[in-house]
Amino acid sequence: MKHLLISLAALAAAPAWAGDHGLPANTPAAYKTECGSCHAAFPPALLAASDWRRTMAGLDKHFGTDASVDARTHAALLAFLERQAGRRAASPGTAEPRFTTGAWFVREHREVPPRVWKDPKVMGPTNCAACHKGADQGRYGERELSVPGMAYREHD
Amino acid sequence: MKNALFALALAVSQNLWAETPSHFLDTYSAEAAKSQPGFSANAARGKAFASRNWGVSEKLPSCTACHTDNPRNPGRHAVTGKTIEALSPSVSTARFSDPAKVEKWFKRNCKEVVGRACSPAEKADFIQFVIGAR
Repeated sequence: MKHLLISLAALAAAPAWAGDHGLPANTPAAYKTECGSCHAAFPPALLAASDWRRTMAGLDKHFGTDASVDARTHAALLAFLERQAGRRAASPGTAEPRFTTGAWFVREHREVPPRVWKDPKVMGPTNCAACHKGADQGRYGERELSVPGMAYREHD
Repeated sequence: MKNALFALALAVSQNLWAETPSHFLDTYSAEAAKSQPGFSANAARGKAFASRNWGVSEKLPSCTACHTDNPRNPGRHAVTGKTIEALSPSVSTARFSDPAKVEKWFKRNCKEVVGRACSPAEKADFIQFVIGAR
Protein backbone atom coordinates (compact mmCIF):
# COMPACT_ATOMS: atom_id res chain seq x y z
CA MET A 1 0.00 0.00 0.00
CA LYS A 2 2.81 2.33 0.90
CA HIS A 3 4.46 1.63 -2.44
CA LEU A 4 1.20 2.30 -4.24
CA LEU A 5 0.86 5.66 -2.55
CA ILE A 6 4.46 6.57 -3.32
CA SER A 7 4.00 5.57 -6.95
CA LEU A 8 0.81 7.57 -7.21
CA ALA A 9 2.47 10.56 -5.61
CA ALA A 10 5.38 10.28 -8.03
CA LEU A 11 3.01 10.14 -10.99
CA ALA A 12 1.01 13.07 -9.73
CA ALA A 13 4.17 15.13 -9.27
CA ALA A 14 5.71 14.20 -12.62
CA PRO A 15 4.18 16.92 -14.83
CA ALA A 16 5.47 19.61 -12.48
CA TRP A 17 9.07 18.64 -13.31
CA ALA A 18 8.77 19.82 -16.85
CA GLY A 19 8.98 23.57 -16.50
CA ASP A 20 11.48 26.28 -15.56
CA HIS A 21 14.52 25.18 -17.59
CA GLY A 22 15.06 22.10 -15.44
CA LEU A 23 14.73 18.46 -16.37
CA PRO A 24 12.59 17.61 -19.39
CA ALA A 25 9.45 15.59 -18.73
CA ASN A 26 10.83 12.65 -20.76
CA THR A 27 14.01 12.32 -18.72
CA PRO A 28 14.94 8.61 -18.55
CA ALA A 29 14.99 7.11 -15.07
CA ALA A 30 18.63 6.12 -15.61
CA TYR A 31 19.58 9.77 -15.94
CA LYS A 32 18.55 10.37 -12.35
CA THR A 33 19.98 7.14 -10.95
CA GLU A 34 23.23 7.10 -12.93
CA CYS A 35 23.94 10.82 -13.38
CA GLY A 36 22.07 12.19 -10.40
CA SER A 37 23.52 10.16 -7.53
CA CYS A 38 26.82 11.90 -6.84
CA HIS A 39 25.71 15.27 -8.14
CA ALA A 40 22.38 16.77 -9.18
CA ALA A 41 20.82 15.44 -12.38
CA PHE A 42 21.97 18.54 -14.23
CA PRO A 43 19.61 20.02 -16.82
CA PRO A 44 20.88 18.76 -20.20
CA ALA A 45 20.49 22.22 -21.75
CA LEU A 46 23.48 23.40 -19.71
CA LEU A 47 25.84 21.86 -22.28
CA ALA A 48 25.84 21.52 -26.05
CA ALA A 49 25.52 18.16 -27.80
CA SER A 50 29.25 18.17 -28.63
CA ASP A 51 30.02 18.69 -24.93
CA TRP A 52 27.80 15.82 -23.90
CA ARG A 53 29.44 13.53 -26.45
CA ARG A 54 32.83 14.33 -24.93
CA THR A 55 31.52 13.85 -21.40
CA MET A 56 29.92 10.51 -22.23
CA ALA A 57 33.04 9.32 -24.08
CA GLY A 58 35.11 9.85 -20.93
CA LEU A 59 32.77 8.46 -18.26
CA ASP A 60 35.40 5.99 -17.04
CA LYS A 61 37.51 8.99 -16.00
CA HIS A 62 34.73 11.40 -15.09
CA PHE A 63 36.33 14.17 -13.02
CA GLY A 64 38.54 11.57 -11.41
CA THR A 65 35.84 8.96 -10.94
CA ASP A 66 34.90 5.85 -12.90
CA ALA A 67 31.26 6.59 -13.62
CA SER A 68 30.94 4.20 -16.55
CA VAL A 69 27.62 2.56 -17.33
CA ASP A 70 26.67 -0.45 -19.42
CA ALA A 71 26.48 -0.03 -23.20
CA ARG A 72 22.70 0.03 -23.38
CA THR A 73 22.35 2.66 -20.66
CA HIS A 74 25.16 4.64 -22.27
CA ALA A 75 23.35 4.73 -25.61
CA ALA A 76 20.04 5.75 -24.02
CA LEU A 77 21.63 8.50 -21.94
CA LEU A 78 23.65 9.88 -24.85
CA ALA A 79 20.58 9.96 -27.09
CA PHE A 80 18.63 11.81 -24.40
CA LEU A 81 21.43 14.31 -23.79
CA GLU A 82 21.95 14.99 -27.50
CA ARG A 83 18.21 15.50 -27.96
CA GLN A 84 17.89 17.88 -25.00
CA ALA A 85 21.24 19.61 -25.25
CA GLY A 86 21.49 23.37 -25.32
CA ARG A 87 23.19 25.49 -27.93
CA ARG A 88 25.72 26.88 -25.53
CA ALA A 89 28.99 25.02 -25.82
CA ALA A 90 31.09 24.97 -22.65
CA SER A 91 34.17 27.13 -22.61
CA PRO A 92 36.70 25.34 -24.82
CA GLY A 93 40.11 24.23 -23.68
CA THR A 94 39.08 22.33 -20.57
CA ALA A 95 39.82 18.61 -20.59
CA GLU A 96 36.23 17.84 -19.71
CA PRO A 97 33.32 20.15 -20.48
CA ARG A 98 32.22 22.15 -17.44
CA PHE A 99 28.93 24.01 -17.54
CA THR A 100 30.00 26.04 -14.51
CA THR A 101 32.40 28.13 -16.59
CA GLY A 102 29.98 28.62 -19.47
CA ALA A 103 28.84 32.17 -20.22
CA TRP A 104 25.18 31.50 -19.49
CA PHE A 105 25.81 29.83 -16.13
CA VAL A 106 28.21 32.57 -15.06
CA ARG A 107 25.75 35.29 -16.05
CA GLU A 108 22.82 33.64 -14.27
CA HIS A 109 24.89 33.39 -11.08
CA ARG A 110 26.59 36.80 -11.27
CA GLU A 111 24.87 37.98 -8.07
CA VAL A 112 26.27 35.12 -6.04
CA PRO A 113 29.24 36.39 -4.02
CA PRO A 114 32.38 34.18 -3.86
CA ARG A 115 31.82 33.48 -0.16
CA VAL A 116 28.65 31.58 -1.01
CA TRP A 117 30.49 29.17 -3.32
CA LYS A 118 33.02 28.56 -0.53
CA ASP A 119 30.38 28.12 2.16
CA PRO A 120 30.72 24.61 3.63
CA LYS A 121 27.01 24.09 3.06
CA VAL A 122 27.52 24.78 -0.65
CA MET A 123 31.05 23.56 -1.47
CA GLY A 124 30.93 24.75 -5.07
CA PRO A 125 28.79 25.55 -8.09
CA THR A 126 27.83 21.96 -8.90
CA ASN A 127 25.92 21.51 -5.63
CA CYS A 128 22.69 22.82 -7.16
CA ALA A 129 20.46 21.65 -4.32
CA ALA A 130 22.34 23.77 -1.77
CA CYS A 131 20.38 26.76 -3.06
CA HIS A 132 17.86 25.40 -5.59
CA LYS A 133 15.60 23.52 -3.21
CA GLY A 134 13.74 21.77 -6.03
CA ALA A 135 16.92 20.63 -7.84
CA ASP A 136 16.48 16.99 -6.82
CA GLN A 137 13.21 17.05 -8.73
CA GLY A 138 14.72 19.00 -11.59
CA ARG A 139 13.23 22.36 -10.62
CA TYR A 140 15.36 25.48 -10.67
CA GLY A 141 12.76 28.24 -10.47
CA GLU A 142 13.53 31.34 -8.43
CA ARG A 143 10.62 30.70 -6.10
CA GLU A 144 12.51 27.77 -4.66
CA LEU A 145 15.78 29.61 -4.29
CA SER A 146 17.38 29.88 -0.86
CA VAL A 147 21.02 30.91 -0.79
CA PRO A 148 22.86 30.21 2.49
CA GLY A 149 23.82 33.40 4.25
CA MET A 150 22.00 35.56 1.73
CA ALA A 151 18.58 37.14 1.88
CA TYR A 152 17.43 36.51 -1.64
CA ARG A 153 16.35 39.56 -3.66
CA GLU A 154 18.51 41.84 -1.53
CA HIS A 155 20.01 43.18 -4.78
CA ASP A 156 16.72 43.64 -6.60
CA MET B 1 -7.22 5.20 -14.37
CA LYS B 2 -4.40 4.15 -16.64
CA ASN B 3 -2.00 5.88 -14.27
CA ALA B 4 -3.49 4.12 -11.29
CA LEU B 5 -3.14 0.74 -12.97
CA PHE B 6 0.42 1.52 -13.92
CA ALA B 7 1.19 2.56 -10.36
CA LEU B 8 -0.41 -0.60 -9.06
CA ALA B 9 1.65 -2.74 -11.44
CA LEU B 10 4.77 -0.88 -10.37
CA ALA B 11 3.95 -1.34 -6.70
CA VAL B 12 3.30 -5.05 -7.13
CA SER B 13 6.48 -5.58 -9.12
CA GLN B 14 8.49 -3.67 -6.54
CA ASN B 15 7.13 -5.84 -3.79
CA LEU B 16 7.85 -9.00 -5.75
CA TRP B 17 11.42 -8.08 -6.54
CA ALA B 18 12.49 -6.30 -3.40
CA GLU B 19 14.96 -8.18 -1.24
CA THR B 20 15.54 -7.70 2.46
CA PRO B 21 18.85 -6.52 3.97
CA SER B 22 19.30 -9.92 5.63
CA HIS B 23 19.15 -11.55 2.20
CA PHE B 24 22.32 -9.69 1.23
CA LEU B 25 23.93 -10.43 4.58
CA ASP B 26 23.19 -14.16 4.15
CA THR B 27 24.29 -14.29 0.52
CA TYR B 28 27.64 -12.56 1.08
CA SER B 29 28.23 -14.53 4.29
CA ALA B 30 27.62 -17.83 2.49
CA GLU B 31 30.00 -16.79 -0.26
CA ALA B 32 32.64 -15.79 2.28
CA ALA B 33 32.29 -19.10 4.11
CA LYS B 34 33.44 -20.92 0.98
CA SER B 35 36.97 -19.62 1.44
CA GLN B 36 36.76 -18.98 5.20
CA PRO B 37 34.91 -21.92 6.78
CA GLY B 38 32.81 -20.84 9.75
CA PHE B 39 32.72 -17.20 8.60
CA SER B 40 30.29 -15.08 10.54
CA ALA B 41 29.67 -11.42 9.71
CA ASN B 42 30.92 -9.05 12.36
CA ALA B 43 29.70 -5.49 12.94
CA ALA B 44 32.89 -4.33 14.67
CA ARG B 45 34.97 -5.49 11.70
CA GLY B 46 32.51 -3.74 9.41
CA LYS B 47 32.81 -0.50 11.39
CA ALA B 48 36.61 -0.64 11.22
CA PHE B 49 36.41 -1.31 7.48
CA ALA B 50 34.04 1.62 6.94
CA SER B 51 36.19 4.13 8.81
CA ARG B 52 39.57 2.92 7.56
CA ASN B 53 41.57 5.43 5.55
CA TRP B 54 42.62 3.42 2.50
CA GLY B 55 44.97 6.06 1.13
CA VAL B 56 43.73 5.49 -2.40
CA SER B 57 41.57 8.53 -3.05
CA GLU B 58 42.60 11.86 -1.62
CA LYS B 59 39.10 13.28 -1.48
CA LEU B 60 37.26 10.03 -0.77
CA PRO B 61 39.63 8.25 1.65
CA SER B 62 37.06 6.16 3.50
CA CYS B 63 33.41 5.09 3.41
CA THR B 64 32.74 7.42 6.32
CA ALA B 65 34.14 10.41 4.40
CA CYS B 66 30.75 10.61 2.67
CA HIS B 67 28.50 8.34 4.73
CA THR B 68 29.54 9.64 8.19
CA ASP B 69 30.46 7.46 11.20
CA ASN B 70 26.84 6.59 11.84
CA PRO B 71 24.90 4.72 9.12
CA ARG B 72 21.70 6.22 10.49
CA ASN B 73 22.84 9.73 9.59
CA PRO B 74 22.39 11.15 6.10
CA GLY B 75 25.70 11.54 4.35
CA ARG B 76 27.21 14.08 2.05
CA HIS B 77 29.35 13.56 -1.04
CA ALA B 78 32.80 14.82 -0.08
CA VAL B 79 33.44 16.29 -3.54
CA THR B 80 30.09 17.57 -4.76
CA GLY B 81 28.34 18.25 -1.44
CA LYS B 82 25.22 16.41 -2.56
CA THR B 83 23.17 14.91 0.25
CA ILE B 84 23.26 11.11 0.44
CA GLU B 85 20.43 9.22 2.09
CA ALA B 86 21.32 7.35 5.26
CA LEU B 87 22.71 3.84 4.66
CA SER B 88 20.64 2.30 7.42
CA PRO B 89 17.62 0.47 5.98
CA SER B 90 15.64 1.33 9.11
CA VAL B 91 16.06 5.00 8.16
CA SER B 92 16.09 4.74 4.35
CA THR B 93 13.77 1.85 3.59
CA ALA B 94 14.97 1.37 -0.02
CA ARG B 95 18.51 0.55 1.15
CA PHE B 96 19.62 -3.06 0.56
CA SER B 97 16.49 -4.01 -1.36
CA ASP B 98 17.67 -4.02 -4.98
CA PRO B 99 20.45 -6.54 -5.83
CA ALA B 100 21.58 -4.64 -8.92
CA LYS B 101 21.86 -1.41 -6.97
CA VAL B 102 23.72 -3.01 -4.08
CA GLU B 103 26.27 -4.60 -6.40
CA LYS B 104 26.60 -1.44 -8.46
CA TRP B 105 27.54 0.70 -5.49
CA PHE B 106 29.83 -1.86 -3.89
CA LYS B 107 31.60 -2.16 -7.24
CA ARG B 108 31.93 1.57 -7.80
CA ASN B 109 32.74 2.67 -4.29
CA CYS B 110 35.12 -0.19 -3.50
CA LYS B 111 37.11 0.56 -6.63
CA GLU B 112 37.18 4.24 -5.84
CA VAL B 113 37.81 4.17 -2.09
CA VAL B 114 39.45 0.80 -1.38
CA GLY B 115 41.21 0.64 -4.73
CA ARG B 116 39.97 -2.87 -5.55
CA ALA B 117 36.84 -5.00 -5.44
CA CYS B 118 35.60 -5.76 -1.92
CA SER B 119 35.48 -9.38 -0.82
CA PRO B 120 32.21 -11.08 0.12
CA ALA B 121 33.45 -11.14 3.73
CA GLU B 122 34.02 -7.37 3.69
CA LYS B 123 30.57 -6.78 2.22
CA ALA B 124 28.93 -9.03 4.82
CA ASP B 125 30.75 -7.28 7.69
CA PHE B 126 29.82 -3.89 6.26
CA ILE B 127 26.14 -4.78 6.01
CA GLN B 128 26.15 -6.25 9.51
CA PHE B 129 27.55 -2.94 10.78
CA VAL B 130 25.05 -0.87 8.81
CA ILE B 131 21.90 -2.78 9.72
CA GLY B 132 22.91 -3.07 13.37
CA ALA B 133 23.56 0.66 13.83
CA ARG B 134 21.53 2.23 16.64
